[in-house]
Amino acid sequence: MIEPRLKVATCSLAGCFGCHMSLLDLDERLFDLAERVELDRSPLTDIKELGECDIGLIEGGVCNAENVHVLMEFRARCKVLIAIGACALNGGIPAMRNQFALKDCLEESYLRGVGLVNPQIPNDPEIPLLLAQVHPVHEVVKIDYFLPGCPPSADTIWTFVSQLLSGQPVALSYTQIHYD
Amino acid sequence: MSAEQCFTLDGRRVPFQDGQTLMAAALDAGVYIPHLCFNPEFAPHGSCRVCLVQVNGRVQAACTTPAAAGLTVQSEIEELREMRRGILQMLFVEGNHVCPACEKSGACQLQAVAYYVGMQTPHYKHFYPRRPVDASHPEAVIDFNRCILCELCVRASRDVDGKNVFAVQGRGIQARLVVNTPSGQLGATPFSIHDKAAQVCPTGTILTKHRGYETPIGQRLYDRKPISVVGDVAQLPESRGGRRHD
Amino acid sequence: MAEPMIFAQTIRDIVRRHGGLPTRLLQVLRDVQDHLAWLPPEALDQVAEELGLSPDKVRGVAEFYSFLYTDPRGSYDILFSDNITDRMLGNRELLHYLCGRLGVGIGETRADRVVSVGVTSCTGMCDQGPAALVNGYTLTRLDRSRLDRIVELVNSRTALDRWPREFFEVTSNIRRADILLGRHFADGAAVRAALKHGPEAMLEELVKSGLRGQGGAGYQSAAKWMACRNAPGEVKYVVCNADEGEPGTFKDRVLMQDFADLVFEGMTLCGRVIGARQGFVYLRGEYRYLLEALRATLQRRREVGLLGEAILGDPGFDFDIDIHLGAGAYVCGEESALIESLEGKHGVPRIRPPFPTTHGYLNRPTVVNNVETFAAAAKIAMEGGAWFASRGTAESKGTKLLSVSGDCERPGIYEYPFGVTVQRVLEDCGARDAQGIQMAGPAGHTISARQFGRRICFEDLATGGSFMVFDRSRDILDGIRNFTQFFVHESCGFCTPCRVGASLMRDLVAKVHTGHGTRFDLEEMRKLGRIMQVACHCGLGQTAPNPVLDSLDEFPEAYERRLRSTAYEPAFDLNAALEEARQLTGRRDPGAYLREQDLMLGAMP
Repeated sequence: MIEPRLKVATCSLAGCFGCHMSLLDLDERLFDLAERVELDRSPLTDIKELGECDIGLIEGGVCNAENVHVLMEFRARCKVLIAIGACALNGGIPAMRNQFALKDCLEESYLRGVGLVNPQIPNDPEIPLLLAQVHPVHEVVKIDYFLPGCPPSADTIWTFVSQLLSGQPVALSYTQIHYD
Repeated sequence: MSAEQCFTLDGRRVPFQDGQTLMAAALDAGVYIPHLCFNPEFAPHGSCRVCLVQVNGRVQAACTTPAAAGLTVQSEIEELREMRRGILQMLFVEGNHVCPACEKSGACQLQAVAYYVGMQTPHYKHFYPRRPVDASHPEAVIDFNRCILCELCVRASRDVDGKNVFAVQGRGIQARLVVNTPSGQLGATPFSIHDKAAQVCPTGTILTKHRGYETPIGQRLYDRKPISVVGDVAQLPESRGGRRHD
Repeated sequence: MAEPMIFAQTIRDIVRRHGGLPTRLLQVLRDVQDHLAWLPPEALDQVAEELGLSPDKVRGVAEFYSFLYTDPRGSYDILFSDNITDRMLGNRELLHYLCGRLGVGIGETRADRVVSVGVTSCTGMCDQGPAALVNGYTLTRLDRSRLDRIVELVNSRTALDRWPREFFEVTSNIRRADILLGRHFADGAAVRAALKHGPEAMLEELVKSGLRGQGGAGYQSAAKWMACRNAPGEVKYVVCNADEGEPGTFKDRVLMQDFADLVFEGMTLCGRVIGARQGFVYLRGEYRYLLEALRATLQRRREVGLLGEAILGDPGFDFDIDIHLGAGAYVCGEESALIESLEGKHGVPRIRPPFPTTHGYLNRPTVVNNVETFAAAAKIAMEGGAWFASRGTAESKGTKLLSVSGDCERPGIYEYPFGVTVQRVLEDCGARDAQGIQMAGPAGHTISARQFGRRICFEDLATGGSFMVFDRSRDILDGIRNFTQFFVHESCGFCTPCRVGASLMRDLVAKVHTGHGTRFDLEEMRKLGRIMQVACHCGLGQTAPNPVLDSLDEFPEAYERRLRSTAYEPAFDLNAALEEARQLTGRRDPGAYLREQDLMLGAMP
């Protein structure tokens, strides 16, 4: 008898998709995974609307209003929410902009940059508005599990996901936890 | 010959000499108690509070508590691990610790101790302080974002190098490491990369210029084995991935 | 820099007046600032050179104490006392009023550098607030009309000594006197008794008296004196801890103002017993106004042979007292931090052991006692230990001075035998409608009415003397939030859990106080509080979470009525975090705001 597959959604907020690349590094283990889970909204699928899910994987920190919307929606629809990678955990590289005022960041990029024509700070309503600082996801919603790494290795992800799916307590070995 | 004086640490008998602290005796006996501001070459400081142990039921810092015969000391109990984790998390949110962008990563004592105590997330609200980076010195760079105020560089420069290059100024959460020159620039001091002060930092605050990311990931000091087995980066020779000059 | 040549000579004179001693660094910096209104880098460097100290050390001290300024301040520097009792008396409204009238922001210096206005921790005038300091001198009973007058005086650059005297009037408000405050004391009586009976007999009386440290810690005074007396070393010191920084406490101020002879006498007695020739009073900077009178008292005592060489004609009895002034650092109330400060350093608590009784001031054996303890010791020397021990309880002999403030008809000093109930104190001070007490200051206990039957003594409710009353019209959480801010301001920054934990705690309490917290945050406070209580380096950090942990148990409804119905809320205001971008882009479209229903989505009801 085939057990119902668990629904999993993933997203990348203020991140580099590196954690998703690491997920793809599961290689042939992806087949095993595909037997046990069904992907919902994810950069790896073309599903636009997030459905009710068992597990949500969040890559990246929260840098703008759209990130907030997506994260809130994931929290609302996923039973278990997992923060994956350095940026989700502490803001990571994108949070290095927190060293500067948002004004300075935008002016440096859009007013003082080299080769700009008609320099102005973009204000199209289509563009998500930036938060004053980049934040880790736990500062916005409740997170159930944290998986550090930049990115966490495929092995780490596999161990973690396997344990989670089989209902075991999550226990990673020493070499599977690193912050970089 | 008189009987050896001992205390028990997690049920194990640990001998000690008169005047030794719990930490020093444990170290001699090869028992690891996690720590950051402690370095056996310097007088105990007691500021990081990572080496908390239970002494006859009372929580105290192992690095400043004198050993005494018959003490029952506990270290590896969940209550203390949780507390140490909390303290590590505080250090991580207080500064800006971007491990992926730090060349000390993999050989960083702060990181290794955090691994040791099982820190999965910084947990608390981040402070994101705005701190400078000082690259004025020809041989070294100081990234103040990573300073945890252990004052080892302060102590090393003052007590070993005799140069008094560093100091901590300000009070409370405003406390910060500074360089002792009117300009506040390291380049204006007699600091040298061969100084003791250049070798003792448990984080990536003080780094050597012109070299970095030399060891491949997977082969770095703490990549394979925990700090309890490997030892402190400041206590290991460069040939073994440490900071101590041979 | 305006007149470097002029201040160079001034600094030289000041350093010379202090004997060029590095231990006088804090005193030197205070005096330099009195002349220059702040401490410019050039002045610090010169002080370093004159005292033979490294410039970083001098700068470190200047940056540590909140009354020393390394940025320009006004010629008139006004600091509002910001204890919860001042707030209950309306200080915030007055602060805004004054800033508005003077045209200066809170914590700022006016462009013409005539005036700066800010806030400071409790100045110990809780029974006669709202209070402030102007150039370090105490202002009491502020109201709008006084502030109007102050605006005129500042803007007309009127010298402080020509301001109305009544602005500076500090009353003692002794409401209840017992054996310490109530009985006549003849100068020299205790010293004579010490001379007559000898140190051993005096110690014997002290043992019999059962006197314990009145600062709140309750260590047996006789044991402390004995340990110091027996400690090896020729040179020993007596230190009087008058750094009364615990918010809500002001009994030491009254003792120093009205009973200084008794306190000095206790110190002299201690000097005789332990074999010390030098004593120090560490007077908190907020009590600057007492300094001249205290020095005059010391001088008078020297003139009548009660201080100095060959006291009362005994060639083997030399003892003198010097007064050091603090500069706004609560942590210096901790005895080893106080000693550091006395040595001219920044006040970071030492690692203990060793204790001051063997390694104190300049690493010499030192007795550090509270003001009230020395006063009691002097009385014991005259009247005997048994007399003192006849009052109080089994473990807490004698009496305790309580500093009563807050919501009561008769705030002031109340002396009771140990063992008095909270209820009795409330009745005596006219607190008719109390819902809670902050006992022993923010570091002490927050208790609700169900505990008013408890007794004030070391066996039950130990206290240094602070007793702040909150009636039913008050919001307990206003007080708790004020206390968490106090600890952020006063943490010395040495150890991790206090330095970082105090800020985290303040933010959590603020989150709940402003209606953004959930049950999750309350649990976070408890966990954080538990870490701080056991992990911190000194008593300041260990007690800093007390008001939060106590009030969570004693006044749960003060928290719960503010909680969101959700399970989790963001750590910061998401919409406010978009405001900067809204301004930079000029966007006000719907997409530039986060809607409540979006935010509710992730909050997990």
